[in-house]
Amino acid sequence: MLEHAKGNPNYVLMVEGLTVSFDGFKAVNDLSFYVEPNECRVIIGPNGAGKTTVLDLICGRTRATEGSVQFKGQELLRMREDQIVHAGVGRKFQTPSVYEDLSVYENLELSFPKGHGVFGALFFARDEEVNARILEIAELIFLDEQLDEKAAYLSHGQKQWLEIGMLLIQDPQLLMLDEPVAGMSVAERKKTAELLNRIIQDRSVIVIEHDMGFVEDIATRVTVLHQGKVLSEGSMERVQNDPKVIEVYLGH
Amino acid sequence: MQVTRKNSLFTRYELIGFAILAAIIFIVFPMIMDTFRLNLFGKYLTYAFVAVGLVLCWGAGGILSLGQGVFFGLGGYCMAMFLKLEASTPENTSIQSTPGIPDFMDWNQLTALPWWWEPFHSLTLSLIAVIVVPVAFAFIIGVAMFRRRVGGVYFAIITQAIAAVMTILIIGQQGYTGGVNGITDLRTLLGWDIRTDEAKEILYFVNGALLFVCLGIAQYVRKSKLGRLLIAMRDQEDRVRFSGYDVANFKIFIFCLGAAFAAVGGAMFTLQVGFMSPSFVGIVPSIEMVIFAAVGGRLSILGAVYGTLLVNWAKTTFSESFPELWLLGLGALFIAVVMAFPNGLAGVWSEHVMPRLRKLGSRGDSGTPDAAPSTPAAE
Repeated sequence: MLEHAKGNPNYVLMVEGLTVSFDGFKAVNDLSFYVEPNECRVIIGPNGAGKTTVLDLICGRTRATEGSVQFKGQELLRMREDQIVHAGVGRKFQTPSVYEDLSVYENLELSFPKGHGVFGALFFARDEEVNARILEIAELIFLDEQLDEKAAYLSHGQKQWLEIGMLLIQDPQLLMLDEPVAGMSVAERKKTAELLNRIIQDRSVIVIEHDMGFVEDIATRVTVLHQGKVLSEGSMERVQNDPKVIEVYLGH
Repeated sequence: MQVTRKNSLFTRYELIGFAILAAIIFIVFPMIMDTFRLNLFGKYLTYAFVAVGLVLCWGAGGILSLGQGVFFGLGGYCMAMFLKLEASTPENTSIQSTPGIPDFMDWNQLTALPWWWEPFHSLTLSLIAVIVVPVAFAFIIGVAMFRRRVGGVYFAIITQAIAAVMTILIIGQQGYTGGVNGITDLRTLLGWDIRTDEAKEILYFVNGALLFVCLGIAQYVRKSKLGRLLIAMRDQEDRVRFSGYDVANFKIFIFCLGAAFAAVGGAMFTLQVGFMSPSFVGIVPSIEMVIFAAVGGRLSILGAVYGTLLVNWAKTTFSESFPELWLLGLGALFIAVVMAFPNGLAGVWSEHVMPRLRKLGSRGDSGTPDAAPSTPAAE
């Protein structure tokens, strides 16, 4: 399956031979996978399997030792973090990373994809377009009532939504979410699944998640990582019945 | 639901704060002080330029520079070089073995003006140099540090080292810089004697006006998206980076802006005090400038001005009576501020005084409290 994928221009993201070594320890080892347009790929795996590191490598937070990450034909490994963002890759961190001293509105405003240079930011105007987009996103992430509240006063779940909203306003082609429902209540989880199902419509998404019920809800395909390598890949059903996966991960 | 969120340059309270400060600087001080005291407060206000720059770099952006004295000094030296050349006419210096060059060069056996002093014959070039030289230096430091993602404590230590190196360089090269005495005996600016009482008063007002220009620029920056980005970077640098911003560029910009403010302060210092020396460049003055900002409130540009005035006034008053205790007092003040009032005078004002005032009367305003004016306790 991987062989025919090489050079196929229909993939949004092509990760090939990706390796990163920290002092000799290979956190990600010769990893390859391919993401199609509009696909929601869920990466699962035991702790320390290298899931978060894979996202770090794709978005440029960690520099790869070897391999290639092609996004719509561009080699991401040679680009700076902000250039990768402008190419259309958005990344949500595991712990909610929002600007606590700023309001929800300002959090979204800073993520609006305009005025990203020094002077662009200095002379950035809150015009109707910006305002309308912020209101639209705020409604989508259930925070339209909290626009003027400081982000510090939001609940944990709301912060997670806000960060997702900050990514959505950039309208990325590839959205990467690291445990978006971690620490959420059951009700919040349901709302988040609903939110994700809505936002993955017109883009590709990579999600790291542990919650199997949640994974089943959203996944197009599942990749199981183990010790920095792909252990199994395919539909949720196929992966769940894979004896190797049951042994190292699901069996516990 | 509200529609557009206004982002006006001043909230009502900020406007009142600016007006109160303007009244204090332009009306109250000149009314109650003689020329000597006014000149002294004018000198204090030159440090306020540095403190305002620090509010932007440190308070908003989280970039603590312990070397702002370098930029203050470079601005001051650029001004002093012009004034010195004007004071060193061949007639004034006829007793020297080489007339027409600054006296300290002659004492150090220099027989010609170094080439890099030549541009300072022109006031226009000198005024440009006052801004450009420190900003270019800040830019080089900024690129070297922020591109390599040096930040926090490491950046503070390196800036402190730069301040030390700069002092040593100035003192060591005394034939070119005037050494430890600095550049002294400055007399006229384009023939206008800056040592008279009248000149000192005019310079005080020019200084105040320039301070308000800087405050206006600082206010604009704080209220722009760039100002909010600085706060965002301070708290979540990675999130800003992965929202598509090149973080280093913003740090370089704000560091250069802080340097420019400090440089204007330095140039005004030279004009008002009549000399510039390495004792305003090194580690101790640089740290003192950070204390001014911390005492005033590192989040408030107006607070920084009050903090500067208050600490300097205290310094002058106490060091007249207890010269040996002053440094200990300053240290204690800094510790007290950090432990008890992390937001300085402005924090005390906005957290304790303002809420009570609001309760007493007027309608509320949704302006950010941290921008509220500080206490008018400067005198």
